Amino acid sequence: MSKKTLSITIDGKPHAALSGQLVIDACQDAGSFVPFFCYHPRMTPVGMCRQCFVEIESPRGPMLVVSCMTPVVEGQVVRTTTDGVKRAQQGVLELLLANHPLDCPVCDKGGECPLQDQAFSNGPGESRFVEEKRHFEKPIPISNLVNLDRERCILCDRCTRFADEVAGDPLITFISRGTNTQVLTFPDQPFSSYFSGNTVQICPVGALTAQPYRFKARPWDLDQEESTCTTCSVGCRTVVQSSRDELVRYQGVDIDTVNWGWLCDRGRFNFEAVNSAERLTTPLVKGDSGLVESSWAVALDVAARMLRTAISVGPESVAIIGGSRGSNEDAFAWAMLADALNINQRDCQLADGLPAEIFALPQATIDDINRAPTIILLAPDLKEELPVLYLRVRHAAEKRTTRVIEFTAHRTGLTPYAWRSVQSEGGKLAAAVQQAGSSEEISEQLSRGDVVVIVGRTNLAESPEFVVNALAEVLHLAPHALVLPTLRRGNVRGAIAAGLTPQSDAGDTADILVAAAAGKIDCLILLGADPLADVPDADLARRGIAGARSIIAIDTFLTASSATADVVLPAAAYGEKIGTTTNLEGRLSTLAQKVTPAGTSRPDWMIAAELAIAVGKDLGISSYADIHRMLIDNVAAFAPARDDKRIRHEGVLMNHAHPVGLARSDSSVADHNSFKHRLIVSRKLYDGAQGTAKSPSLAPLANASGVFLHPLDRARIGVPSGVEVKVTSDRATLVLVMHESPDVMVGTAWIPFGQPGADVRELIDLQGDVCDVRIEHI
Amino acid sequence: MSNQYSTPGQIPTGPRLISGRFEIADGYTYGGYVRTGGYVALRKALTSMTPKQVHEEVKAAEIQGRGGAGFLAATKWGFLPPDIHPRYLVVNGDESEPGTYKDRLLMELDPHQLIEGIMLACFAVNAAHAFLYVRGEMALAQERLAEALNDAYANNMVGRNVCGSQFSLDITLTWGAGAYIVGEETALIESLEGQRGMPRLKPPFFPAVKGLYMQPTIVNNVETLANLPAIIKDGGATFRGIGAPTSTGMRMFSVSGHVNRPGVFEVPNGVTTFRMLFEAPEYCGGVRNGGTVKAFIPGGASAMWFFDEHLDLALDKPTVDKAGSMLGSGAIIAMDQTTDMVAACWRIVRFFARESCGKCTPCREGTTWLEQVLRRILDGQGRPEDIDLLFEISESISPGIAWPPLQTTICPLGPSAVSPIASAVRRFRNEFDHYIAHGRPISGIEDVLNPSGIHAHV
Repeated sequence: MSKKTLSITIDGKPHAALSGQLVIDACQDAGSFVPFFCYHPRMTPVGMCRQCFVEIESPRGPMLVVSCMTPVVEGQVVRTTTDGVKRAQQGVLELLLANHPLDCPVCDKGGECPLQDQAFSNGPGESRFVEEKRHFEKPIPISNLVNLDRERCILCDRCTRFADEVAGDPLITFISRGTNTQVLTFPDQPFSSYFSGNTVQICPVGALTAQPYRFKARPWDLDQEESTCTTCSVGCRTVVQSSRDELVRYQGVDIDTVNWGWLCDRGRFNFEAVNSAERLTTPLVKGDSGLVESSWAVALDVAARMLRTAISVGPESVAIIGGSRGSNEDAFAWAMLADALNINQRDCQLADGLPAEIFALPQATIDDINRAPTIILLAPDLKEELPVLYLRVRHAAEKRTTRVIEFTAHRTGLTPYAWRSVQSEGGKLAAAVQQAGSSEEISEQLSRGDVVVIVGRTNLAESPEFVVNALAEVLHLAPHALVLPTLRRGNVRGAIAAGLTPQSDAGDTADILVAAAAGKIDCLILLGADPLADVPDADLARRGIAGARSIIAIDTFLTASSATADVVLPAAAYGEKIGTTTNLEGRLSTLAQKVTPAGTSRPDWMIAAELAIAVGKDLGISSYADIHRMLIDNVAAFAPARDDKRIRHEGVLMNHAHPVGLARSDSSVADHNSFKHRLIVSRKLYDGAQGTAKSPSLAPLANASGVFLHPLDRARIGVPSGVEVKVTSDRATLVLVMHESPDVMVGTAWIPFGQPGADVRELIDLQGDVCDVRIEHI
Repeated sequence: MSNQYSTPGQIPTGPRLISGRFEIADGYTYGGYVRTGGYVALRKALTSMTPKQVHEEVKAAEIQGRGGAGFLAATKWGFLPPDIHPRYLVVNGDESEPGTYKDRLLMELDPHQLIEGIMLACFAVNAAHAFLYVRGEMALAQERLAEALNDAYANNMVGRNVCGSQFSLDITLTWGAGAYIVGEETALIESLEGQRGMPRLKPPFFPAVKGLYMQPTIVNNVETLANLPAIIKDGGATFRGIGAPTSTGMRMFSVSGHVNRPGVFEVPNGVTTFRMLFEAPEYCGGVRNGGTVKAFIPGGASAMWFFDEHLDLALDKPTVDKAGSMLGSGAIIAMDQTTDMVAACWRIVRFFARESCGKCTPCREGTTWLEQVLRRILDGQGRPEDIDLLFEISESISPGIAWPPLQTTICPLGPSAVSPIASAVRRFRNEFDHYIAHGRPISGIEDVLNPSGIHAHV
């Protein structure tokens, strides 16, 4: 929909402004600089700082108006440089500076501070304010990650507006009034928002500072590259900043198609893990006394020998698990190696994803969320797993442009914004969709235009077929629906497209582990994968890892799984290697190298190339440019990445296979008996993942361990909330603290994945359809 | 000083349209109100008039809003977009302009008259819900209004099918938490919605179009509504016949300061002069101790000050506007010849600095700075350049320091703090200079802030 243009005059020059645009934006487009502090293009204007005065011609003569609150109208005459405008702007600036402390030399914002910049270019030069400045305790932590210095605050309402309007966590607000007005949290309620770091980025002064960056660098020491966050698969555009060859900060970059400038705190602050002292810096080879440091030459030789031995038994005795944490090029190099050695058993998903066929359905983009009148959620809690996607869906629902229909087994971050939230027990999603589809209001809603189905693993303790069947039901109700698959790992979609997915009739990760447990795998390659921590079935993972005759691990840290390997090759991490990545909608964009890889670690593609040479199958890769070119030349999906300019900013969408349909199938599952609870396992934002666990600022935030039950179920079991209970499945018994929560369905037990303490994966059997548990007091 | 108004009959008089029940002991009760002619107008409107006719009568009365801006009430009602419902009437009972206390008395002493006025207004504009917002500190007014509302509901004067007619109305009584700025209509709406009492920007939020809960909303002052029963009972033309053609009807003025008998007086609008109000025995009965008026504030603390040359101006909106100030909410504060103008100026500026809501920069920072500079001058720490500084800061809040004021702020609170400075410094520059040079007031000025006479420096 193209907007009407209006002819206006800015500083004597004609300008074509867009209808509905604000004068401040029109001025910026026309190249006339208007200073501002409170205005932010992604939030409602409030006109509070009063800095953006311009003069507008009115029937009563020139009139001073704040340009952030004034829409353009046809024929408008705007002046930004008159004496009246300058006087008003300078007056406001002097008043803003009156109480602002002059501690710029020790302020994190100094050097990139809009207030400082304004004071230098337009300010009075000398303060006439001889009175005592306003004093507050400084700084105070308002959460684990953010500190607040109220003396520096200019009360622009950006952080508070962000928390309320964008994040939906109105945990900071103005208190007191007049000159005592201050931003503060509510008593005993920290600003524990998953998005708190954004307030630091948008603060126009140094009032909000991030704990992980405080006093780490000065802006003029920073060097930066634009990149894409791969913490999850949303693919937020970021700027990676370093000082002295160390990553010190990520900032969000505003692109229309994905993140609008926002980042989640996990993605923003997990650069600490890249800098971790625990990073693998040198190859390790297993000797008599366990893993010992070695050289690349020796380690590659040992690995190649293991691989050759296994291949000589037969390619089916080799398997590759992992590959979704790296770049598209990394994945493709490993796929090329696997092709060269006829290794069909490869899977970048860890038995916690969805079948690759999902990408062959008609695909939606993230931006479709804003356009479609209906969004159907068959997905885990987006706020926990894909936080910035949550912001986008929440925004659409809040603006009332979109209605969200959610199917879930427990209350999610989007439940308050959903038009209809349908509760559905594990294993019964398809039936719930069927039933909802029979209601008139839902079919009426589905007929209103585009439908986007956001689909992902709602429950890690049940077979993925349930959610696939539910999706088939949705596509039956709304054949025109577009699918937005939400697999969680950073580049899972790219890795699948590059070929790290089961080939021919080979099995997936679960099958590989079963084969390994049966002694059928001679060489298991773990490509940045940690089955012992990530595969939902802990017992299967243990038997599989133990049963593999030899293991080659490529990893950034010595994880539970890589510690059992025979050879461990240190891999370069995010920010240490150049590449491209693919987000959940198939958007290809660049990854930047900002710092030197830790120790002797190397990118995955380079390790694949060298290992290939060592086994006598030279892949012909001698540089990043080689593998990048091979990728876009040989894999049709990646061909759009030839647009070198666009992949460096807003990205390009990959080519999709011709859409196929999804057959409906009956997948009803038996009811659980009344003594049991159906187990729901899903992720929290902060869990035991390496990026979180090795980031000192984030690690303590993973603390959601326990089993959550509806109050009625708690009463039935007869123990108070906060007491330990026994949770027993067919597999094992765990002792967990039980929490009462009305957010969980009656008859359902929710246990968050990957939290410290007893590991819920012990309960899960991947062979079963669903997992029912008995809960008893001890 | 000789008193020109020592004999009765020399000053214009008029009927006591809205303060008539102030001396009746039970005038505030339902029984007392009905006995003295209450709810007659409402019955008349409901049984024999259409909403449009009620609106026409009010238009004919040409009654100006009594809240401060003096906008014609019937014209304001006409701004409501047709056929958009629900629409609301919000009664601004958050009277907090320093020196104004007429609405408090109207609510305490004659609550049913206000309720009847609300009913008539809502009938005229087709509103089905009114919100009565009373200032937080007015405990007695809240109590009496609550009791009056209960009685009115019990007697079917409010509620469903009022007096057996097709007209239904609910009135919700609510009160503030003590903030001056909530007297500003958009801040009042924010407060009513449960938000912080901060003004909204106009545009786009003109209450008549997007007001309470983003619905069309009329915000009327208590006194304006209290006049409606009289207008409907006797007709708009009768009302217009009282007072001056430019300022119709009777009007309540709250007089305080250095007069012998401060109080609220209902006077014919537009014809009575300030001098009459100060000196007539019916009203204030002269300046204290037989003194003279050095300066007076004609319409609330936000107004520009007047001086002895303005005493014979009539209490008439256009007259006062033309003379460079405003009648505002009808709060008149007299200052006699012993008044310390620096201290008086500081005292008023301090009020605005403390009441600034903190939303926009010029008001939040500017008013506080002005207050600090004035306080420093009073404390004997003034510098010669401080006078220029006061004007410079004022210029940043209110470009041009003119009347009516322009503003860089969201609402008029900021410029309100500029009025006393512009008035006092321009007229009594010598007193400021004396403070700066000597750290104390010039001789003959009462040293109210420092009665011991000991100053920081001499």
